[in-house]
Amino acid sequence: MDLDKFKVHGEPLIYGAMISIALATIGILVGLTYFKKWGYLWREWLTTVDHKKIGVMYILAALLMLFRGGVDAMMMRLQTAAPEMKFLDAQHYNEVFTTHGLIMILFMAMPFIIGLMNVIIPLQIGARDVAFPRLNAVSFWLFFMGAMLLNISFVIGGSPDAGWSAYFPLASLEFSPTVGNNYYSLALQISGIGTLITGVNFIVTILKMRAPGMTLMKMPMFTWSVLITNIIIVFAFPVLTVALALMMFDRLFGSQFFTMANGGMDMLWANLFWVWGHPEVYIVILPAFGIYSEIIATFSKKNLYGYTSMVVSMLLISLLSFLVWAHHFYTMGQGVMVNSFFSITTMAIAVPTGVKIFNWLFTLRKGRITFTTPMLYTLAFIPIFTIGGVTGVMLAMASADYQYHNTMFLVAHFHYVLIPGAVFAVIAGFHYWFPKVFGFRLNERLGKHAFWWIIISFNVTFFPLFFLGLMGMTRRMYTYSEETGFGPLNMLSFAGAVGLAIGFVILVYNIYWSTRYMPRDTTSDPWDGRTLEWATPSPIPAYNFAIVPKVQTRDAFWSAKQDNIPLFEDKITKIHLPNNTGKPFILGVIFFFLGFFLVFSMWIPAIVAGIGIIIMLAAMSFDRDHGFYVSAEEVIATEKKLRGETV
Amino acid sequence: MKIDASKPLEYSTEENSNKIFGFWVFLGAEIPLFATLFTVYLVMVDRFASGPSGSELFEIGPVLIETFLLLSSSFTIGLAIHAMRLGYKKAMMVFMAITLLMGLGFIGIEIDEFFTYVHEGATLQTSGFLSSLFVLLGTHGAHVSFGFLWGAAIMIQIWRQGINPATANKAFIFSLFWHFLDVVWIFIFSFVYLKGLM
Repeated sequence: MDLDKFKVHGEPLIYGAMISIALATIGILVGLTYFKKWGYLWREWLTTVDHKKIGVMYILAALLMLFRGGVDAMMMRLQTAAPEMKFLDAQHYNEVFTTHGLIMILFMAMPFIIGLMNVIIPLQIGARDVAFPRLNAVSFWLFFMGAMLLNISFVIGGSPDAGWSAYFPLASLEFSPTVGNNYYSLALQISGIGTLITGVNFIVTILKMRAPGMTLMKMPMFTWSVLITNIIIVFAFPVLTVALALMMFDRLFGSQFFTMANGGMDMLWANLFWVWGHPEVYIVILPAFGIYSEIIATFSKKNLYGYTSMVVSMLLISLLSFLVWAHHFYTMGQGVMVNSFFSITTMAIAVPTGVKIFNWLFTLRKGRITFTTPMLYTLAFIPIFTIGGVTGVMLAMASADYQYHNTMFLVAHFHYVLIPGAVFAVIAGFHYWFPKVFGFRLNERLGKHAFWWIIISFNVTFFPLFFLGLMGMTRRMYTYSEETGFGPLNMLSFAGAVGLAIGFVILVYNIYWSTRYMPRDTTSDPWDGRTLEWATPSPIPAYNFAIVPKVQTRDAFWSAKQDNIPLFEDKITKIHLPNNTGKPFILGVIFFFLGFFLVFSMWIPAIVAGIGIIIMLAAMSFDRDHGFYVSAEEVIATEKKLRGETV
Repeated sequence: MKIDASKPLEYSTEENSNKIFGFWVFLGAEIPLFATLFTVYLVMVDRFASGPSGSELFEIGPVLIETFLLLSSSFTIGLAIHAMRLGYKKAMMVFMAITLLMGLGFIGIEIDEFFTYVHEGATLQTSGFLSSLFVLLGTHGAHVSFGFLWGAAIMIQIWRQGINPATANKAFIFSLFWHFLDVVWIFIFSFVYLKGLM
């Protein structure tokens, strides 16, 4: 076998990354051994099937990836900060912008949202668990192993370098001969399967496991947004599965799907990619809308304005999201009719989105607003996202797009949509639900510090890019000459990126500081919440609810507090819970190796790993583990302890 | 585990009915998967470059046998589920065994067909048309092969544990999967072979 394939040549920065990955790994291994935490790690986390812990692991992984993707972003802004910069070479720059996009969307925004969804959804609908707890663990480990596979690509064999959309023929073996795009197809495939399973799991959970009395139109808005998101996942991800499989066949087995000769068709890739890729945008944005709806209602002390129109607008957005994919390639030689159709459907999305914006504003109107950290992110989201939306309508006009196409204007637009629309939302949701999961709040003063750094720096970073785009600076350009005049605005953008980095560091410092010093919350309802998740003690016991709540109104917990509508009337009885299992983790690890062997075309090990997967699936099928019961006495004791009473 | 005796065994617990519903949602995801593969095939069908086209390649004989085997096996898995509901373990095992053997026959003929194509110089690498043909048929064939292993695993469990809410649930879900493969095959038969032979 040719060991040379594994080596990455010549880049001091990549050697640096190699050393830091090795040091971090050794540090973690030594630390775990020294503090004797291996058993704890295995029993409490690696084998867990508890949806709350799985959610926490998703969020931790997403935060790690935020920093990985953030470092990529900093390197790009530094490389373009001044004309003729010599920080990265062209190849390295290509790899950096490709992985930045992939990581931020697929391995940061989506898992962060899936993490919040895992923690909160069963609680919001008054359920004891998700529908398929073990499958949930499988989802997480497939996502995680996919993410790891993509991350090692920088140091073993080389990263994908054809852009996050991996257009053919550029991404074909002929023009991208390194293993980078093999990593692309396999890492995304593995984590994509995990996401699809999540989609199935949460559709069943939400449709079948709601507390008695919670009709569809009494569901909290976050639950609604997650339900719609998962329906999009179930319909969109199979298209990605096929696209990635065809890519793999082209690159590994020499098939002719996207080639330029022998009957291949490169535009087929663009279509398949965006039939998945555009709905994907809404997979990360709709749950964010749900999070904002919860936060706005809570901190305005008002019912959400226009509940029904909120639901209808989300359904419309989800439908339209499947009808706009070709707006990603107006300039690639489609007919006028095709461009017109996609132009109109694209602009139509602004209508239901506008409805939502107005509903939020009307919810705020005459509300008793408290300016907590999550509320600040929400309030900042509205105007910033509107800028993103308006520039989106500009881009939606096919004829005008011939001007903006592939310029920094586009880059500015999607950062103005995705950062307030997804990143601010998950940060807001993180601050909002943190006390529910851990039993104490994050520090508000540090939280607001981070907020101002992030909001101001965000605008400093991305607003100049609109102008750079109109001046003609194309995206993915790794350097430019002095005469172009792009220098000053790029330098400003780099300064903003530094500010953003500072903001995120403060945010993480806040987690550390609050863990050590914040007083523990004994009320389990620190924000005076409205939905059912605030009706359980914090931190949440393994069984979620000692008694399954009975729901009569929207915002059931709020009416329980305001109008004394009782939630918990039954007696406490024994509760059934699933046992932990190591099989999902092992399955994930085997998938990782299968992916790795396929990336390097190592067929025999790959076949062995494939057989291993079949054996693991059989082992899971033959498993006769029926879980265990928590006795009523034990539940009563736990409840008393968590609510601060003496047993 | 509460068992509701008024419902068929496979639906009798909350977990069981969730699993069946979850599997329907999963089949909901299989539809766009195969729809995408069909779309790719229909886009590629005339792009056979210098290689053979469908009408030069396809032979109706083996395809008819494949169709006969798969459609009949969909009937026998239905008989297996019927026997299961009546509580006839032995009959259920026999019908499942017949189903899986017909599935195996189907896979055998398909592999033979692939060998014939490759022997005639029509490979995955030859043209866009053949790439999409092999991947569409191969995906369906991989599903049938996976179904064979899955069904065999369920048979072992029924043989050991008898018909109970857990095994009945697994067998029922497996039957949904098997019927679905049959539906996909009808589309392959119509849009690949019949259309290609015309």
